[in-house]
Amino acid sequence: MMLIDTLAQGLLLGGLYALFAAGLSLVFGIMRLVNLAHGDLIILGAYLILTLATVTGLHPFVAVVLAAPLMFGLGWLLQTHLLNRVLGEDILPPLLVTFGLSVVIQNGLLSAFTADSRKLTAGPIEAASVDLGIVTLGVMPVLTFASAVAVVFALNRLFYRTALGRAFRATSDDQTTAQLMGIEPKRIFAMATGIALVVATIAALFLGTRANFDPSIGPARLLYAFEAVIIGGLGSLWGTLAGGIVIGMAQAVGASINPEWQILSGHIAFVIVLLLKPRGLFPRAND
Amino acid sequence: MITRRTLLKSGAAFTAAAATSSGLALPALAQTKKLKIGYVSPQTGPLSAFSAADSFMVEKFLASAPGLGLDVEVIVKDSQSNPNRAAEVAKELISRDGVNLILVASTPETTNPVCSIAEQEEIPVISTVAPWQPWFIGQQGNPADPASWQAFDYVYHFFWGLEDNIATFMNMWNSVDTNKKVAALWPNDGDGNAWASPEVGMPPALAAQGYELTDPGRYQNLTDDFSAQINAFKQAGCEIMTGIPIPPDFTTFWTQAKQQGFNPKLVSVAKALLFPESVAALGELGHNLTAEVWWSPNHPFKSSLTGESAADLAKAFEAAAKRQWTMPVGFVHALFEVAADAISRVDDPTDGDALAAAIGSTNLDTVVGKVQWGRDNVPEFARKNISKTPLVGGQWRRKEDDTFDLVIVENAGAPEIPLGGTLETLS
Repeated sequence: MMLIDTLAQGLLLGGLYALFAAGLSLVFGIMRLVNLAHGDLIILGAYLILTLATVTGLHPFVAVVLAAPLMFGLGWLLQTHLLNRVLGEDILPPLLVTFGLSVVIQNGLLSAFTADSRKLTAGPIEAASVDLGIVTLGVMPVLTFASAVAVVFALNRLFYRTALGRAFRATSDDQTTAQLMGIEPKRIFAMATGIALVVATIAALFLGTRANFDPSIGPARLLYAFEAVIIGGLGSLWGTLAGGIVIGMAQAVGASINPEWQILSGHIAFVIVLLLKPRGLFPRAND
Repeated sequence: MITRRTLLKSGAAFTAAAATSSGLALPALAQTKKLKIGYVSPQTGPLSAFSAADSFMVEKFLASAPGLGLDVEVIVKDSQSNPNRAAEVAKELISRDGVNLILVASTPETTNPVCSIAEQEEIPVISTVAPWQPWFIGQQGNPADPASWQAFDYVYHFFWGLEDNIATFMNMWNSVDTNKKVAALWPNDGDGNAWASPEVGMPPALAAQGYELTDPGRYQNLTDDFSAQINAFKQAGCEIMTGIPIPPDFTTFWTQAKQQGFNPKLVSVAKALLFPESVAALGELGHNLTAEVWWSPNHPFKSSLTGESAADLAKAFEAAAKRQWTMPVGFVHALFEVAADAISRVDDPTDGDALAAAIGSTNLDTVVGKVQWGRDNVPEFARKNISKTPLVGGQWRRKEDDTFDLVIVENAGAPEIPLGGTLETLS
């Protein structure tokens, strides 16, 4: 009874981590770019939703529809004008640039929105719950998990059912050969970052309604997102979802033993997976 | 004996003598020397909400200084919410700017590094907005050994202590009929460990008054899931909830508690509910939560600098900053009140020892209440450096326009502060 409840809450938490990780996984899978600013871009998305919701008076769930294309455009510009310039054989320059970007975004948000802690208010739905007999689940966590599944499903469809997805996979596998086939990798990369920021905006919606956010809070969850990507296996989106769930459940079980164990047990689960399957649960590419 | 100070004095005298005898044209620095005051606070970063009133208060002080016969300059430094940076700017203030007095505010992360440096360098400091235990004990060489604790010579602090906060919360709970089962959410940080301490924290105080405590254990800040704690609280049937989480964690916890059906009668949370913005972020869920109140516009005190009442000061701040008043507003103002008072009582404020002695003998009614060191409401070992200000209990009430008012509902610790209403339960 208690165990089922713990596992169910952990599963739903895993959905949140998977949402954080999906954008990261996409970008890493396609261009081997470790985006250290991903957490801050999620917070930027949250502020964008907040601003749109405040200015237009729309519900955050509607405002996110307006925010998503803006974030796509931002991702496109970011990749075209900044990140494409530093991508190359050496993985260090893009890493440093995204690190710098993280600092710039944090301080930009600080001067624009101050350090006040803010929250997206979704109304009574926040405290609503469904009673399933054995467990009581919050409506928002269930929605978060459902969105994570939907996002991964949609990205997977995009990857394996569309021409753009084929171009993504081709560029990821062999950039030079893809170029010979008439694919412009830099444009593909710009599309990928744009899509990753749309996913980040969805993550921002659920993070922003779940807890308060302020400009400095972005990097805090980046570590879980990285772990989810690695556990799942590089390049596998379903793997990222599984990775998020593994961390979420491990944390929930750890917390039920003692809250001091909550964060640690997520990390321990990560180490165990790496020891048993060094390339993650569902590795896609051989590199 | 040659101390650093006497050496400097004789050195200065020697240089001056050498300068006059050699007839060199040195600039006459000493004649119209302004008194330099350094002010350190977390103006940027996660703690910057504490510093919203800084520039407003500095301007107010500078505007009223000439009227009090003070010729002062205030050098403002930002700690960036970082203890290392706070120590660095304190060193800069002392060695580069040559300040005669440092004022420091907001959280032990800011006050402690600054005070430690200044104590070493023998520069007087007036400090505030940090409970006195982490301030005093945190600066000791060995915090674990009370026998080794020593008083300070140059640093003085005014605020309340953990015992006041615990008493305020328990007075509120005692006034309501509950099953006396308390749920505690204490994080694994300085504050959480102090509250959870079986010696000086809340557990002994609860046991003494027959309360039963459910404490699932320390958790990490920025945790995303509190289901384990909520389950434990539900199973124990707790009707009272307390804790000292950071604001994002309290929002996560309280939203999840509502989703999972944990409905306590009273919620008294320290730290997370200090600022109206954090409470407003909770929306409907913020209504009737209780918190500790160190200052409010309804406090019956007035400024010794400008004569304004607490209400006037809050109103002036709201007009200038275009935001709701916050508790640090009064305390930042009081810092400058104490500074002005001490400076005006010494003949030569550039003499650090004389200024420190003047601060120590302060007896001033400020906008946050009486500031006077050495009173017997502080334990003997810390009495010299700590002056306690009153603490009361407040309840956040949601208004029609979605903003919140903080209503004072408990004043046993400071009966001079009027009640604004009666304590209401959540369910």
